[in-house]
Amino acid sequence: MQLTILIGALVVLTVLAFVYGRRRALVSVRGNRRALHSMPVYHGWLVSIWCGLPAVLLLVLWLALRGTILESYIEDALGPELAGTATDMKSALIDDVRALAAGERIAREPAPALLEAADRYASLKSTADAAVLVIGLVVAGLGLGFAWRRIGPKLRARNNVEAVVRVVLLLCSLVAIVTTIGIVLSVLFESIRFFGRIPFWDFLFGLEWSPQMAIRTDQVGASGAFGIIPLFAGTLYITLIALLIAMPIGLLSAIYMAEYASPRFRDVAKPILEILAGVPTVVYGFFAALTVAPAFRDAGAALGLGVSSESALAAGVVMGIMIIPFISSLTDDAIVAVPRSLREGAYALGATKAETVINVIVPAALPGIVASFLLAVSRAIGETMIVVMAAGLTANLTANPLDSMTTITVQIVTLLVGDQEFDSPKTLAAFALGLALFVATLALNIVALHVSRKYRERYD
Amino acid sequence: MTDIGAALPNPPDKKPWQLSDAMTRRVRRRKRADIRFQLYGVGAILIALGVLAILLISVIGAGLGGFVQTRLALDVTFDEQIIDPDGTRDPAKLMQANYSTILKDAIAKAYPDVTERQDKRDLQKLFSNSARYEFRDKVLGDPSIIGTTQRVWVLAASDADVFFKQGGTSRELAEGDRRLNDKQIVWLDQLADRGGVEKGFNWSFFTAADSREPESAGIGGALVGSFFTLLITLAFCVPIGVMAAIYLEEFAPKNRLTDLIEVNINNLAAVPSIIFGLLGLAVFIQVFHLPRSAPLVGGLTLSLMILPTIIVATRAALKAVPPSIREAAYGVGASPIQVVTSHVLPLAMPGVLTGTIIGMAHALGETAPLLMIGMVAFIVDLPGGPTDAATVLPVQIFLWADSPERGFEEKTAAGIMVLLAFLILMNSIAIYLRKRFEVRW
Repeated sequence: MQLTILIGALVVLTVLAFVYGRRRALVSVRGNRRALHSMPVYHGWLVSIWCGLPAVLLLVLWLALRGTILESYIEDALGPELAGTATDMKSALIDDVRALAAGERIAREPAPALLEAADRYASLKSTADAAVLVIGLVVAGLGLGFAWRRIGPKLRARNNVEAVVRVVLLLCSLVAIVTTIGIVLSVLFESIRFFGRIPFWDFLFGLEWSPQMAIRTDQVGASGAFGIIPLFAGTLYITLIALLIAMPIGLLSAIYMAEYASPRFRDVAKPILEILAGVPTVVYGFFAALTVAPAFRDAGAALGLGVSSESALAAGVVMGIMIIPFISSLTDDAIVAVPRSLREGAYALGATKAETVINVIVPAALPGIVASFLLAVSRAIGETMIVVMAAGLTANLTANPLDSMTTITVQIVTLLVGDQEFDSPKTLAAFALGLALFVATLALNIVALHVSRKYRERYD
Repeated sequence: MTDIGAALPNPPDKKPWQLSDAMTRRVRRRKRADIRFQLYGVGAILIALGVLAILLISVIGAGLGGFVQTRLALDVTFDEQIIDPDGTRDPAKLMQANYSTILKDAIAKAYPDVTERQDKRDLQKLFSNSARYEFRDKVLGDPSIIGTTQRVWVLAASDADVFFKQGGTSRELAEGDRRLNDKQIVWLDQLADRGGVEKGFNWSFFTAADSREPESAGIGGALVGSFFTLLITLAFCVPIGVMAAIYLEEFAPKNRLTDLIEVNINNLAAVPSIIFGLLGLAVFIQVFHLPRSAPLVGGLTLSLMILPTIIVATRAALKAVPPSIREAAYGVGASPIQVVTSHVLPLAMPGVLTGTIIGMAHALGETAPLLMIGMVAFIVDLPGGPTDAATVLPVQIFLWADSPERGFEEKTAAGIMVLLAFLILMNSIAIYLRKRFEVRW
């Protein structure tokens, strides 16, 4: 509440700062604009920056730290309650207190100590927020006053504003790095906690995956098995099926588009192929589950084969369809990049078009084509919705494509969907799987980049 | 290839410029191989297009029914004894009155000869439970109907709905193979004979939120959720993406930091979307304690995901602005920032807009990361803001596709049709903008 007031007040203050800063700049030279170093607008901007920026930074800092600071106070308040409880319980209790303070209900009847802690938390939070409100307003006022006094014909307002803008631009481009670091840290931290309970080698080389960790520790069969090998096998198998579909179709259609098709045909067919790339994966999942899987099951039944209704084949085929446009557009780029002189050299020797393509163009474009296949593999490994909807849930270590299989992404989804404690090995396992997935796709992308860079022929 | 032909002397019946028979055969074979190869290419394209056609046909075929709903006529007596025995007409009382009994009575009145307990239960299963809320809203809207008997068109329950949509063809199946038993079909036929069955466009599909009953479930809630999510995504990723692109394209010095940023952007573009979901879960929910299942978190996660798209598109648009524009601006004394903000960026705007719309279309169709941050909750209310629990269009489709009830299948396909319509609309706008504002320098 107090922070909303602060944000509102800051918005009003910065707007006023802009309007009056601009006016004051003009007044300071008695309306003679040419006497100013910078245009009045820049004076306005400068004053609003001085007024708003420090206060906003303070607010952001407080929002980032508030949780941690207040949490330590709750821990003090809950001292006797928390003594001797495990970390899992501790964070659950703290979450309860937070929920109670926000006026929400919690699942069980709250203990008096908990209610008391919630009261203290709520009052502490409102006091602290009020303090931040006052400090924020003071900081904004000080900044405003400082910039206000500096306004004058000599003030290099434009240079100052542009310096700030440059810093902001740089910060925005750093978001990409921050995101990568965030991804690495978030999966790494939880994975390390996971490997604290399940040995790393068991995870990497375990042949069994059944994470049905009990909710209570005394339950029968309390320990789950976390071996990633069956998941890797399933993922790679489905990816292989997808590639067997997508590689020939994608490559051949790209060759046809680039070498044979008339411009009119290309103008029509290419956008239609791109539609395949724009279809959301959840639609492919529905297609796999509703149309393809039953069709395969019925066909299998007609042939006397037992096809699982969640067969790896159906998921793989549909995933293959999904990555056709991916392969064909990347391959198309690689083929178009082969210079005309190579083609014409082959034609001059009397080669037919097909011979030119097979013996000259494809070898010349091979690095690009291989890179597109590798990127397609990385795309297929990370694809989630098709396999969630069409592949199975149980980890089978089998080579039969008609059987049901599961993949890494399916397991991440099944482990994390639904309300669970954040600290159980099940949820932590999802992050460990995420780490494996991230490393695998990253490696594939790097190799693909390397292949296309290193082996690319230069025809200058 | 030709030297073999040249080495052999031509047979006497051939002129020197004519090919030998062996040569002709070889050429013919090679030509045939060429045509075969070309046919493989055509076949590959036809397979891809054919699969797209099958996909669309199977979705549309399954989904058209979702836009139609069956309503059944009932003569409903709004009995004062049941609704408002005190006669106070207090809205709070009317709100909580026992409308199930009203529904049961109305059904019993329409079928006086159904007396057995099990039969009655089967009969009631033909009418949607949501009829209670329709009665309630009717009474609240006009309390004067209490005590009167009105003809009300109530929703058919999913099984009856599917029966009518299939034109009653399922009656030819054995009783065990269909959802309705023989008696239920007879009752429905009786009702149809009396003119008590009506099919109409399903407006509530676009306004209602999710429901346990297929017949009253709608995508309204998911549409609102998608709207808030995209709003947040737009608010975060467009300013950040455009500014990052400006920095990299116009200001960045050639150094290791710039290289690092570029490598990172390329890598982020290839990171599986589900990993972004893990990031959102770990950072936004666990560390910053933002509300679970909220469009706020979904939008933030998606904006990180489509940031590379926006940056790449903006950079391409900035690069397309010719250097002469920049030099002319410098020539009249503009500072580097002024050159960008007043000249380069406005000229690059159509490209930026196109990239933004394509990125947004990508975000609209994305499901996996939103599953991670809990937007899969079953939500029966329309979300009122970006911090309310909500679901989005593709997640709603996923949820329905997962439901065992037969009636959800057509809802799923209908939802997909709406999603595809939005995507086609967005992409057409992007193509139009590109065509309309594209400048060839």
